[in-house]
Amino acid sequence: MKLFVSEGNPHCLKVLAVLELTGVKCAIQHVIHDEKVVSYLNRPSLPALLLPSGMPLFSANAICRYLGESVGLQCSDLSNQWLEWEATELQPALAQGLHLAVLQGKGPEACRVLQGPLTYLEQSLSKTRTSFLTDDIVSVADVVLWAALYPILSDISLLSGEQTKVQNWFERVGLLAACKSAAQSVLQGKGLNAEVLKTYLQKQPAPPQRRDIQPCNSPEQGTEGDHVITEDEIQSAAATWAKGLAETPLVTDRQHPILPQEGKRNILVTSALPYVNNVPHLGNIIGCVLSADVYSRYGRLRGWNVLYVCGTDEYGTATENKAREEGLTPQQICDKYHSVHADIYRWFQVDFDFFGRTTTEKQTQIAQNIFWRLHERGFLLEDTVEQLRCEACKRFLADRFVEGTCPFCSYPEARGDQCDKCGRLINAVELREPKCKVCSQTPVVRSSKHLFLDLPKLEVELEQWLEMSMGSGDWTANAKQITRSWLRDGLKPRCITRDLKWGTPVPHPNFSDKVFYVWFDAPIGYLSITANYTDQWEKWWKNPEQVELYNFMAKDNVPFHSVVFPCSLLGAQDNYTLVNHLVATEYLNYEDTKFSKSRGVGVFGDMAKDTGIPSDVWRFYLLYLRPEGQDSAFSWADMAIKNNSELLNNLGNFINRAGMFVSKFFENCVPVMDLQPEDKRLLAQVGWELKQYINLMDKVKLRDALKCILNISRHGNQYIQVNEPWKKIKGSETDRRRAGTVTGVSVNVACLLSVTLLPYMPTVSQTIRQQLNAPPTVTATFLQGTGSFVCALPAGHHIGTVSPLFQKLETDQIEALKKRFGGQQAKAAIRPAQTSATQTVVNGVDTKELTLAVAEQGEKVRTLKAQKAEKAAITAEVTKLLELKKQLALAEGKSPEPVPMKGTNAHPTPSPAPAVQAVVSKADPERAKELTLAVTEQGEKVRTLKAQKAEKAAVTAEVAKLLELKKQLALAEGKSPEPVPMKGTKK
Amino acid sequence: MYLLPCHPFAQEVCEFAKMALRELSSLEKALGLKKPNKYSTQGDNKQVPVLQSNSGPALSGLVTIATHLVKQANRADLLGESAEHRAVVQQWLEYRVTKVDGCQKEEIKPILKDLNSYLEDKVYLAGNQFTLADTLMYYGVHHIIMDQSVQDKETYVNVTRWFDHVQHYPGVRHHLHPVVILKNRLYTSSHH
Repeated sequence: MKLFVSEGNPHCLKVLAVLELTGVKCAIQHVIHDEKVVSYLNRPSLPALLLPSGMPLFSANAICRYLGESVGLQCSDLSNQWLEWEATELQPALAQGLHLAVLQGKGPEACRVLQGPLTYLEQSLSKTRTSFLTDDIVSVADVVLWAALYPILSDISLLSGEQTKVQNWFERVGLLAACKSAAQSVLQGKGLNAEVLKTYLQKQPAPPQRRDIQPCNSPEQGTEGDHVITEDEIQSAAATWAKGLAETPLVTDRQHPILPQEGKRNILVTSALPYVNNVPHLGNIIGCVLSADVYSRYGRLRGWNVLYVCGTDEYGTATENKAREEGLTPQQICDKYHSVHADIYRWFQVDFDFFGRTTTEKQTQIAQNIFWRLHERGFLLEDTVEQLRCEACKRFLADRFVEGTCPFCSYPEARGDQCDKCGRLINAVELREPKCKVCSQTPVVRSSKHLFLDLPKLEVELEQWLEMSMGSGDWTANAKQITRSWLRDGLKPRCITRDLKWGTPVPHPNFSDKVFYVWFDAPIGYLSITANYTDQWEKWWKNPEQVELYNFMAKDNVPFHSVVFPCSLLGAQDNYTLVNHLVATEYLNYEDTKFSKSRGVGVFGDMAKDTGIPSDVWRFYLLYLRPEGQDSAFSWADMAIKNNSELLNNLGNFINRAGMFVSKFFENCVPVMDLQPEDKRLLAQVGWELKQYINLMDKVKLRDALKCILNISRHGNQYIQVNEPWKKIKGSETDRRRAGTVTGVSVNVACLLSVTLLPYMPTVSQTIRQQLNAPPTVTATFLQGTGSFVCALPAGHHIGTVSPLFQKLETDQIEALKKRFGGQQAKAAIRPAQTSATQTVVNGVDTKELTLAVAEQGEKVRTLKAQKAEKAAITAEVTKLLELKKQLALAEGKSPEPVPMKGTNAHPTPSPAPAVQAVVSKADPERAKELTLAVTEQGEKVRTLKAQKAEKAAVTAEVAKLLELKKQLALAEGKSPEPVPMKGTKK
Repeated sequence: MYLLPCHPFAQEVCEFAKMALRELSSLEKALGLKKPNKYSTQGDNKQVPVLQSNSGPALSGLVTIATHLVKQANRADLLGESAEHRAVVQQWLEYRVTKVDGCQKEEIKPILKDLNSYLEDKVYLAGNQFTLADTLMYYGVHHIIMDQSVQDKETYVNVTRWFDHVQHYPGVRHHLHPVVILKNRLYTSSHH
């Protein structure tokens, strides 16, 4: 055991004194102040005791306790209390006092700083009947406190004349030999004047000015240091209140088409176009459309002239592939999934002014126009690119459709962009013995000419514009960062064409068999979608003087919106409106992992409505979690907590109470409000939060602004709690009047809350206003300027019927939901899966092969249908397709029922989509769940085909598939599959 | 638990004191103490919790009261099973109320670094045994961890591990929200 001390360090006094007092055998080593004895601490900490076990102790008090315990000196509650007081109250004061006295020569001020603790000590010593702090003999606590106070009290002038008990006690303890020798050893017996003390203090960081008591960010209260309200603010708030609602509404209803107006702030809002093929998950939704929606709604409330456009991004390889898989045309796929998107966003109450798509004539026109202008101005380059082309499939192969031997490590299943075994990045053309993954033929290397956007040529102009835009606009920090790093890496020409069929055709005669690459083409979608909304689209898109453009997206889209697309527009030299404010979010994770459709992990847009949780609550929670500065994570448990604590207990509770008091105690009529100073204070507090809300929202700090709303509600709850109107209403005339004032003010605050809530929870907002029978002009009034909290519901105003706004989310409900979306039951889907390098051989059969065969057959069927071939021929091929699919199902370990071939149309039974799958005994609940999904999808397909009046044979085939799936589902649910009765016109 | 004289909504009661009182209430529950004690607050800004007692003098100080409660519940093992461990437990309890409580923003990183280094080779603060030090340190750093970015949680990986461990310890997490700790690393160690 070794004790490390340093000369001049007052903290060493106590340990040396206790050591000597207890007589414990311990080596002592003198070191310099900077010695780092305790390795895991940042900064050197002395004294330190190296315990026999090898563990170091860095707390002087803990060292003293240990030494004391070694000789049987236990610490009583009172001792503990003194030691805690010494560490938390006395030491900070001492640090300041010593600094003032020794280093700044400010004796009197040091005195003042120490008065508090010394007085406390004096009082305690007066009250106690023991000779020393805890007992009639000296304890560890006495020595610790003595040692702490030694440097100060050795200079008696620092003690005020009245602290006699302290002085007395101090002297008596100091008589101990152990104390005397420690004082000599550490401070040369000189106390304050010791040179070594000065040296030590100089090496320490300056103590903080005051011991700031930091209120914890306790989430339940949602408190941060409350703003201190000034008299001015109170007067100003009262004056605003008295104004009441203006006669005429300041904001008129929306008239389509919305066009920029002179004298107004014209805001064009876009959200990154979701790719049509993928069902959006919660992360996609909060990142893009929902954020943009909140901002747009807010903008309209502020009286700005807002246009919010978005749509599905539909061209590209993925759609082509999906089409092949499902046996439909790309256009059909897009039609189907576009409405899936539209439905989801509608459910989430996203209020687009227009939700379009990229596959329109306008897109072709505008994209080709920009293309030609770039070409004419010399911003395009031609180059040849080598690609692998499969002659059998007659197409160029995307990287993931090529497999071969890795040129570096000879792994035979290397993919076209990266070798799975050695991980090296390769070009598909470098693969040895490459094979087309679809048909296994050997592709050939073909040169293909492509066009490139000459970004380096536009770099200077881009940087000039970026400096202006990033400097003056509200770009999020991550957007600026990502953009700068792209520029730092140096811009290279980017290929803007592809050898595909499904895309905007390149109009140049030398490239007529090509289409535009998605990242050139897709952002032009913003323009074309607007063009489909109004012919006067150029008033938005070629009008940078009058229009401010906000782009909302997740961070992975930033470079395309800040570099590539602006370069296209700058190069086209047509006075295009460029982005002023680029708002990018980080990622939303799901529980402790990532969203994954293939693994069934996470909540996807179409599933949210099946949870029974209202759209507004989803909106609230997603916005509460909006990943602004860093990633955040969706958590079911947390969602329940936020719903129950913030929505139910905070917001809902306040608004409901306020309304209930009006209806219960004042016959549904807002009572007279006789404002006292404390009421005006509340108005000022609310007014201040409102001002913050507006400031934050203006800067698109959606998450922080939401906290302001919750703060207002919290103030409201406190206000009611403190004033107890439910009691006062039963009291005297004055009391009743007071109750009336408090109720009236509260219900007005509730009204204000409803408007601030509108961008976040539109339905709840409307409900509140209906319940309060609020005049329609409130939405136009409250958010004007820096906030205008007027008295909107004056005395005499009749309110409507009040009822609770929110429901509690119960634990078992949440547990069930978490399980449902947790993805443990993730297996390969019944439909042919995307070709992947993962497990493909099941039950001894190569499912990969079968999958490819199914895909191929599907293509054949589609081709025949497109060619309007003989019905018999089509039917034959469809039969083959179904047979292959049955084999695939078998191979994947599922039992196929014989697929009944029906000759006539079956009546499409609505597919069952139970919210929570009941677990039936002897059934396979996991499989039942995935089968349910498959049945839903298949049912949709059938419906779509019928709506499109597709070929009878095709419809029949799909219906057959549907019936088979339903049979399997019944089996998986443990029920016996009854043959579905055939309904139809004829049999 | 009785709160006197502070009413939950009275402005004078410092947030700090409220947290301390809540901690003690949670601790009582965690220790299985059936009859809740009476508390109040004292001091400038009323931040020091005080335990009222009918049988003796009032006891003040979060650590002092917590230690007392532990003994009251016959769980002295939570204070450490050997003299060395007891000293280590007291050391970290002191660290909680002197360094962690009331720390300024710029002091947070040094605290996390210290704890992270320390916890590298330990399951709990006192080594292999769960003690009161873990409970109170958990209460104390909760607001810090709650506000941490995913990246910081990964940087101070030992603190995060210890924190997640403690928050799942049966009976500990009464009044505090669970903090979601991601099990998969999002940032490789090569990231800034």
